[in-house]
Amino acid sequence: MFAARSLHEAADTARLLKIRTRKDTPPVKNLLLTSSLAALTTLTSCGGGAGAASRLQVKGSDTMLEVAQVWAEKYCDAHPEVSISVAGGGSGGGIAGLINGTLDIANCSREMTAEERAKATANGHDPVEHKVGYDGIAIFVSKDNPLPSISLEQIKQIYLDGGSITKWSQLGVKMPEGRDDIVVISRQSNSGTYEYFKEAVLGGKKANFRNGTLDMNGSKDVVDQVLKTTNAIGYSGLAYGKGVAVRMLPVTKKEGDQPVAPSIDTVLDGSYPIARPLFMYTSGQPQGASKAYLDWIVSDAGQGHLMELGYPPLRK
Amino acid sequence: MAASLGELDRRDRAWWTDWVARVFVFGGGISAIVFIVGIFVFITQQGLDFTLHRLSWSEFFTSINWRPTGHPETYGALALIVGTLTITALAMVIAVPLSFGAAIYIGEFARGRQREWMKILIELLAAVPSVVWGVIGLHMISPMIQHWLQPASGVGTNLLNAGIILGLMAAPIMTTLAEDALKAVPESFREAAEALGATRWQVIRRVVLPHARPGLSAAVLLGVGRAVGETIAVLMASGHAIRIPTSLCDPVRALTSTIAAELGETEHGSDHYQALFTLGMLLFLITFGINMLADRIVRGARRRA
Repeated sequence: MFAARSLHEAADTARLLKIRTRKDTPPVKNLLLTSSLAALTTLTSCGGGAGAASRLQVKGSDTMLEVAQVWAEKYCDAHPEVSISVAGGGSGGGIAGLINGTLDIANCSREMTAEERAKATANGHDPVEHKVGYDGIAIFVSKDNPLPSISLEQIKQIYLDGGSITKWSQLGVKMPEGRDDIVVISRQSNSGTYEYFKEAVLGGKKANFRNGTLDMNGSKDVVDQVLKTTNAIGYSGLAYGKGVAVRMLPVTKKEGDQPVAPSIDTVLDGSYPIARPLFMYTSGQPQGASKAYLDWIVSDAGQGHLMELGYPPLRK
Repeated sequence: MAASLGELDRRDRAWWTDWVARVFVFGGGISAIVFIVGIFVFITQQGLDFTLHRLSWSEFFTSINWRPTGHPETYGALALIVGTLTITALAMVIAVPLSFGAAIYIGEFARGRQREWMKILIELLAAVPSVVWGVIGLHMISPMIQHWLQPASGVGTNLLNAGIILGLMAAPIMTTLAEDALKAVPESFREAAEALGATRWQVIRRVVLPHARPGLSAAVLLGVGRAVGETIAVLMASGHAIRIPTSLCDPVRALTSTIAAELGETEHGSDHYQALFTLGMLLFLITFGINMLADRIVRGARRRA
């Protein structure tokens, strides 16, 4: 039985092992490659002992992983009869789990697509959406990067396939040690953050990221990589910049506008341009333990934990 | 006075033990075949529909646009194939001199207890889990590359890093195999050469190495197989970026790490899922081919001997 502290240890180990450990694989595809990893991946948050009457499987968005873990941990402290296991793996993975019927709740940092809904319906699930909070996507650069702010168009030209900006000098800054190449850090292709960023910043579903980006498998990995790489730029959830020695660039909608730094307030008042809601999906209207858990998440108690971690809550 | 059949039939305890043991050992022996065929059938069947009907082979082998979630999806694996090949080549550049040097030292120079110790240590090195190698790449070699080489890419997880890690990972097993190959050279050959006045190095260079060549080739090939198939360490050390490398310090992406990073998140049976199995088939064929080749080299040598 995991105590609260060992959860953090497990999370730290998971981070140390990076990438692979975040994945949980539905039993149906536990082939030789992934089966041994599955054991590592589910971070059992609490309960799980003989006393637990109901178990909830929660999986999906890496952006939401941190808050999902804290929610599970706090909720189980108060409700020892419930055991909740939480895993990351990306929004797409969560939705896939919902479609395959291996999950109770899918975390998703974007809306379900029409295709995904169709597949879920075909498999006999009726996905119900629950908005549980908001997230700002911050643009991360090294603390040694002198760039004062960046416009949406500039971000687009850095990330877009065939985009015109590949050097820091094109943005008018001189990087330390002459590291003029921009190291572009992105996410694995079925991350919700990746999908959202593509639509919101690159100009739609049909846009493509440039080749050669470093594709990280977790929200935190992006920030870690920026921390280690002076000439890098990355995008990740606002909350992941907390307590890390990196800069979050203020963003302007158009060049010449007043730059807005990402924060809970600027996301909530709508002035920060790259922000989105966070969702949890259930198959059908939630019943029993799922319902109680989701009700608690949107209550003041659950929203308080969300805000403590640096995510904008549903209401202030 | 012929004994009746009943008396000859001694199905006693020993007979049954023998029977059970035979079935058990046969099962164990045949299991390798069952598993390898089973794995091949599984991989093929999982990806077959897509591979045969919807995959554009010219795109697969000539485009670097691996965009399984794009609109439209594109499955260009060229950068992944090149990534795997370049990492493997670099790993061999590192592993071959290291492992052959170690094998020659252990086989020809080290004696007695020192030799035993070295063999044990090398076997221990071979048992280091690959994720540990990955952590070393990510947290030790990466800062070293950034600090000393100051790569233009600015990134410490790159082709060079992955090549070093894989080279170090493949070296122990190659050393063990190479040492076996050297050991198989009859002692009389060395004695004959020494009797003719050859120096230690001349004996090794002119007599031992040429004679052991098939075994050494097999050692290299199995090292290549190990490097091609390695996954997690490559994922952590390579930078995982889709591009054709133009310098040692460019981040790259391998076939294996693409499967590992993406498979857990794809929907079962989708095109993306099946495309990853196409990569799996490709990997299977590459490693199968390498192992067959190594086997043929060793067998061919035995037949000639």
